Amino acid sequence: MRKYLIQRFSFGILSLIAATLIVFVLSRATGDPLLLYAKPGGYGMSPEQIAALTEKLALDKPLIVQYFIWLGRTVTGDLGKTLLAEQPVLDVIKMKIGATFQLGLVAWVVATAIGIPLGVLSAVKRGSVWDYIGRMFALFGQATPVFFIGILGILFFAVNLGWLDAAGRPTEKPFFPAQFKSLIMPTVALAWLPAASYLRITRSAMLEVLDSEYIKLARAKGVSQNAVIWRHALRNALIPPITVSALILVGFLEGSVVVEAVYAWPGIGRMAVESIHNNDFPLLTGIILMFAVLYVAGSFLADIAYTLVDPRIRY
Amino acid sequence: MNSNIDGINSPALVKESLKTKIFYVLRRWPVIPILVLTIMVFIAVFAPLISPMGPKEINLRGRAAPPFWEKEWYDANPKNEITYVLGADHVGRDVLTRMFYGARISLAVALISLTAGVVIGTAIGLVAGYYGGFIDEFSMRAVDVWNALPFLLIAILAAVTFGQEVWIVMVLLALVAWAGNVRNVRAEVLTLKTRDYVSLAKIAGASDFRILMKHIFPGVVNTIVVLATLRVGGLILAEASLSFLGAGIPAQTPTWGNMISEGREWLSTAWWIAMFPGISILLVVMSVNFFGDWLRDRWDPRLRQLN
Repeated sequence: MRKYLIQRFSFGILSLIAATLIVFVLSRATGDPLLLYAKPGGYGMSPEQIAALTEKLALDKPLIVQYFIWLGRTVTGDLGKTLLAEQPVLDVIKMKIGATFQLGLVAWVVATAIGIPLGVLSAVKRGSVWDYIGRMFALFGQATPVFFIGILGILFFAVNLGWLDAAGRPTEKPFFPAQFKSLIMPTVALAWLPAASYLRITRSAMLEVLDSEYIKLARAKGVSQNAVIWRHALRNALIPPITVSALILVGFLEGSVVVEAVYAWPGIGRMAVESIHNNDFPLLTGIILMFAVLYVAGSFLADIAYTLVDPRIRY
Repeated sequence: MNSNIDGINSPALVKESLKTKIFYVLRRWPVIPILVLTIMVFIAVFAPLISPMGPKEINLRGRAAPPFWEKEWYDANPKNEITYVLGADHVGRDVLTRMFYGARISLAVALISLTAGVVIGTAIGLVAGYYGGFIDEFSMRAVDVWNALPFLLIAILAAVTFGQEVWIVMVLLALVAWAGNVRNVRAEVLTLKTRDYVSLAKIAGASDFRILMKHIFPGVVNTIVVLATLRVGGLILAEASLSFLGAGIPAQTPTWGNMISEGREWLSTAWWIAMFPGISILLVVMSVNFFGDWLRDRWDPRLRQLN
């Protein structure tokens, strides 16, 4: 067990190193790295700024040295300043991360609360209307681009019906109704795909468990249908969905980029998209590095969850 | 078939059996998905021949013209001479034409990057599984590390540094696709290489390359095809997402993702610009997924837990 955790942890570190290497290589891959730090719209840099930046990025030293100097600064939290507003990148990220976390957590709860019960239902009542509805739900969730769900939502509920706001995140109190209403559409757009994967995973796990010997034995002993499903089958069938739930939570980081862009949700995802359009390289790399850290941490948690939930796995 | 057994000859029964037969075929064979995909491939290949207009041809009199069934608009704008089947965008470009050309790019990007990714992934899986030892350990760890990276974001960063080009998107998507097959191919090779015919080939003096290509590879083809089919949908969605975010195919090129991205700004006045490309993505991805599920159930049911 301990050996397993150490092994997983070192993979996490390796992944992080790979992520920093990729980001670093990309930042040096296009001829003159200094150009990436020039302001958009053709604003040049003064010779003093160029000299300072060359000094800071250590551009006169070998590439490997540059990498370690850059890595050292990154690890200590110095991600540079944004090009547009000239604020420290870390401060900007700190300011916006709350909105992203709020959206991600709400979507996670919703996806879990919809996907797992629907998966159980469609397995238990296999071939019924419920199974059919559940599978249609999953089919659409896995085939519709997140941004298209978002756009359909805006078209129907904001433009045609006028029930919800098309975009934005009001901050006035109380939470209900303004803040609640603004959360509905981004949550649905973000949660649908994960709910669909929960559903499929739960359904196939449940079907497999229901087909196993010990369930047949329980049935043969005359255990009631309810007890078979809730007490005997569900416990084992929940292992796969629980183990992927950490990965799903992490997946929201990527999903949030698209959803926040569609709904103008003021989180890091939207900031990432804005930084693409503004060519704000330091900001974009900062966001990506932070996402990489969260992503790797989430995958590590998923591995731990795996060993905790399933007692058969003991490394 | 003799429907007269036991004196039963009710026309209702005969009719029903025909209906059940049709349902049986539809349930057993993925007729509709194959039909959708065939049509899409046809459209992609023959886009220039079947398109009513050019993909970049603008017509300012037909700005935001609705689809043909909204007669009122066409009556109110007699100066516009073109009837748009699925409407026009904000500069009067035909949505249908751009969708046809979009099918070209979306399918080509998905197929080429998929092929590249699958070839690389399969090669690594074959070699890792066959030779074992350090190569195996190293490539498995590389896959682990790779899978732990947030790919959409790295793709965005790469698109920003290298600029937006079709081939860059292809390379990026190939980089997403390769890691998916390695593990399954390797697992398959591990069981195949202990088979008697492989040992006999070795004794007979066959080279490693020959054993891999002639004796082991045919055994993993099913797995590869199934996995590849299940992955196409994801790649089409990834390309569309990148284009939508402005980090994929260059903005003026007609792709489904770009069209939705442009149409987003005209949603309240011209819903058709974004709607029809979105529906095509939905249809294609759903068909591919459906077809992949069917292939998996027929060829390689062990992959079922993959979801």
